[in-house]
Amino acid sequence: MISLTSPVKTRAHGWPAGAKLAGLCAATVMLFMLQNPIAQTAVLAGVTGLYALPGRLFLITGLRHLRMLVPFIAVIAVWHLWSGAVAQGATIILRMLSAVALANLVTMTTRLTDMMAVVRSLAKPLTRLGLRGDVLELAIAMVIRLTPVLAHKGNLLAQSWSARSPRRAGWRIILPFTIIALDDADHVAEALRARGGFDALKES
Amino acid sequence: MEKNVTLIALFAALIAALGLIPPVSLGFGVPITAQTLGVMLCGTILGARRGTFAVLLFLLLVAIGLPLLSGGRGGLGVFAGPSVGFLVGWPIGAFVTGLIVEKWRGAPLMIVAGVAAVLGSIIVMYVFGITGMAIMLDKTLLQAAGIAMVYIPGDLLKAGIAAMLTSALATARPASVLSRLNAQ
Repeated sequence: MISLTSPVKTRAHGWPAGAKLAGLCAATVMLFMLQNPIAQTAVLAGVTGLYALPGRLFLITGLRHLRMLVPFIAVIAVWHLWSGAVAQGATIILRMLSAVALANLVTMTTRLTDMMAVVRSLAKPLTRLGLRGDVLELAIAMVIRLTPVLAHKGNLLAQSWSARSPRRAGWRIILPFTIIALDDADHVAEALRARGGFDALKES
Repeated sequence: MEKNVTLIALFAALIAALGLIPPVSLGFGVPITAQTLGVMLCGTILGARRGTFAVLLFLLLVAIGLPLLSGGRGGLGVFAGPSVGFLVGWPIGAFVTGLIVEKWRGAPLMIVAGVAAVLGSIIVMYVFGITGMAIMLDKTLLQAAGIAMVYIPGDLLKAGIAAMLTSALATARPASVLSRLNAQ
């Protein structure tokens, strides 16, 4: 499965993931304290500069990730143009863009394995509450593996539907899809148990 | 335990797979995705605890950078955007949905699951979603609610589908509706 980490190597790829995440938290809190559109413009310009440093491809990918904000930008822009509080509207839009862009920047420059290491260390104190780190990691791996399997089975169901009906399958295939998925879960759980179950994780 | 963890992972994958279905437009241009249907099913089928864990596992994968939200979105950016409140509300919504299905045994499952999906996965989720939107977009709760309302018809439709699916599954495979099994 493709992760959102950028294939364009940057210097930030080498930085410790924990530090990047802590920095992101601090920066986001600060963004929300800045209530001035000029300061927010400066921040966004700085963030855009960070995206431009690794080159064009990185910048374009980064901009593409911000597309999900377009409807919100449109709503806020129309709202504030209509109500007259333009400076406040500009602050909101600029802040939203910077906050999401900064967070995406951390995602784009951090490998999945490094993120997993952070998750592992964050999960360690939860061991006392009964959460096993090795089981959590196995569960994460299972989701990554099962998602394409389920998507494939869903496609097969949609195909067999369209072989028999001119209409779109829509929600009608979700019931057989769920049943197939539950069967798969049975088989996977059986296979895990046959290999010694979660107790085998401890030994390896 | 193997069985429970596998089911949790499977339903997390189910939410992800439902996100691959292209969004449908409900006449007036608002896209609805099947993804929140997955959250409702986590509650109605898996029950409160397992359902919550499945949703949390899914969100963890999104946070570490997998593009599993509908439209290929993911990464930390979605948690810094205006719809973060809805994501926070997902596991809580799944919990409430599951809890209602587990506790309320007096009515047909179709009705129970429908009410549970509306209360948990719409009302509870919107409380968080609207609060998040109000904070991120600097609006009052009422104004944010106005913006969020466009998604209500789609979610009501999904609650109906979740109710039908759960009761159909209970007829076809009673053992699969874990929220209704006494042994947890």
